[in-house]
Amino acid sequence: MPSAGFDTDLDPAGPVSIKILVAGGFGAGKTTLVSAVSEIKPLRTEEALSEASMMVDTLDGVEQKTTTTVAMDFGRITVRDDLVLYLFGTPGQHRFWFMWDELALGALGAVVMADTRRLADSFPSVDYFERRGLPFVVAVNCFDGARRFDPEDVRTALDLDSGVPIVLCDARHRSSSRDVLVTLVEHAIQLIGDHEVMSPS
Amino acid sequence: MAREEQRIDRDAGPVVRPYALTGGRTRPTGETIDLLALVASSEADTVGSMFLEPEYLEVMRQCRQPKSVADLASDLDLPLGVIRILLSDMREQGLIAIRQPARTRLTDPRILKDVADALRRL
Repeated sequence: MPSAGFDTDLDPAGPVSIKILVAGGFGAGKTTLVSAVSEIKPLRTEEALSEASMMVDTLDGVEQKTTTTVAMDFGRITVRDDLVLYLFGTPGQHRFWFMWDELALGALGAVVMADTRRLADSFPSVDYFERRGLPFVVAVNCFDGARRFDPEDVRTALDLDSGVPIVLCDARHRSSSRDVLVTLVEHAIQLIGDHEVMSPS
Repeated sequence: MAREEQRIDRDAGPVVRPYALTGGRTRPTGETIDLLALVASSEADTVGSMFLEPEYLEVMRQCRQPKSVADLASDLDLPLGVIRILLSDMREQGLIAIRQPARTRLTDPRILKDVADALRRL
C-alpha cells in the first residue's frame, strides 16, 4: 500500500456517503430541486451510442464518434464531517439506465419528479425503482399556472402502491425541495422498520 | 489552436482531449472504482513528481484531503470514465489510495435519522 492516504487508526469506518437519486422526465424539475438544496456541479459521464440514441443525437459532421457525454446534476450536502449526502439528478429515459444501475447501488432511495402536464414521462422511473425495490417518493412539481392535482389522482394515474409517498412541491423553493428529501428519508426509515417487524433477527 | 485549449486553472497545463489522456483506453484496469469512493494522495514525492503528467499532479493536489471520485470528475471537468482510468493508473503507481464506500444499502435508522434532522435544518 502507498504511504499515507487514509489514517485508518483514527477513522476505522471512514465517512459515510449517502446517495439519493433524483429522476424524472425532461423538464420535470430535477436540476431545480438539486440546486435548491445543495451546491450543484455538473458531472459528465460517457455513453456508447446505441442505435436508439443515434436516432436522438445529431451526428452530422461527427464521423466515427462512438461515445457521447451525458451530463448529470450532482449536488452535495455535508451533514457532518463523517456523513455526506450526495444527490444525483439523472435523465429519465431508458437509454440512461446504464447510469442508474450504478447510481442505485447502495442508494438510500430516489425522488421521482413528476410534471402533471406530462405524467407519462415518470413511468419509466417509477417502474425502475419499483423493480429494484429502492425506496422512492414521487414529487409533483407544481409550476406556476400548472393545474393542481389531487395527489390521489396522481397515485391512480401512476398506478402507485399505497405506501409510496406523494409530495406536492415547488422545486424552486429550498424549503419545499428539502421537505421532499425529508419525506424520502422518513419513508426509508419506515421501510427499514417494517422489514424488522416482518423478519425479527 | 490556443483558443481550443481548456485549462484546469491558470497554473495547470492544457487539458487534452479525454481519450488522448488515457492513451485511447476506455476501461480502467483492476477493481471498479465506485462513484463515491474516496481518493487520497500518497505522501508527495517531490523529486519523483517532477516526472509526472500534469493531470496526475492535479489529481494529487486536489486529493490532499480525501475527495470522492464524483467530486474529482466534476472539479476537473473530466468524464467519469476518464477519471476512473487515470485513478486506476495512479493507484497502480502508488500515487493515490482509494477507499471504496460500503456497497450495501444503508439500513441503520440512526444514521438516516441524522440525515433527516440535518435536512430539516437546511
